[in-house]
Amino acid sequence: MKVTVLYFAALRERVGRAREECEVPEGVETIDALREWLIARGEPWVGAFTRVKSVRAAVDQSMARGDTPLREGAEVAFFPPVTGG
Amino acid sequence: MVRVQTGPFDVNEEIERLRAADPRVGAIACFIGVVRDRNDGSAIASMTLEHYSGMTEKALDAIVEQARRRWDLYDVLVIHRVGELRPTDPIVLVIVTSAHRGEAFAACEFVMDYLKTEAPFWKQEATPDGKRWVDARDSDGVARERWNEEEGR
Repeated sequence: MKVTVLYFAALRERVGRAREECEVPEGVETIDALREWLIARGEPWVGAFTRVKSVRAAVDQSMARGDTPLREGAEVAFFPPVTGG
Repeated sequence: MVRVQTGPFDVNEEIERLRAADPRVGAIACFIGVVRDRNDGSAIASMTLEHYSGMTEKALDAIVEQARRRWDLYDVLVIHRVGELRPTDPIVLVIVTSAHRGEAFAACEFVMDYLKTEAPFWKQEATPDGKRWVDARDSDGVARERWNEEEGR
C-alpha cells in the first residue's frame, strides 16, 4: 500500500523532512502499525518518535487514533500536540 | 467563515461588516489573541506559527459548525495568522454575532477552547537561548473538556 506521510513542527525538524512517499508492506493497516514500521527503519524516525512527546496523527486531514485504518493513497500526518490560538 | 493568513487583520472593519450585514444581530462577542513578550520565564523576540494547510481550514470549519449547532448564532468569523509574529502582534480573531449576549459570549469562548486543542497550528518561540517549540498546556485540554461536561448535564 502506498501512503504519503507528512511531518510537522518538532517532528518535521527531527525527521529532517516535511513529507515522504512510503510503500508500506502488507499488514501495516493502521496508524499504530505505520508508526511502528517507520520506527523500525531506524534513525531519524526512532529519535523523532521517541523524543517528541505525545505524537498525534491525522488521516486525510482528520484527527486520527492509533487504530484508525489506512487506505491506498492516504495522506497521513504525524505531529506534536497543537499549540495555536 | 474562516481565514488563515500571514498578514494582519482589521478588527474594526470585520466587526463593522458583521454588524451592518444583519439587522437581527443584537450582540457581537470578539476575542483577539496577542503575542506576549514573555513566556515560561523567557523573553520572546518573535514567534513563528506553522500549520497544516488544508487540515487547518477543515478543522476550523468543523469547530464553527459545532458552535452553530450548539447555539443560535448569526455569523462566526475566525481569522488565524501564520508565519513570523512579534510581541504585541495579534495572532487570532474570533467574532460571533447573535441576538443576545449569552450565546455570543459562550460561542466565542467555545471556538477558542476548541481551536486551541483541535486546529493544527504549532508555535515556535525565539528566546535569548535560541528557538524552542511551545508545549501544549494541560489547562487547554481541561478548558475544552468543560464543554463536554456541560453538554452531559
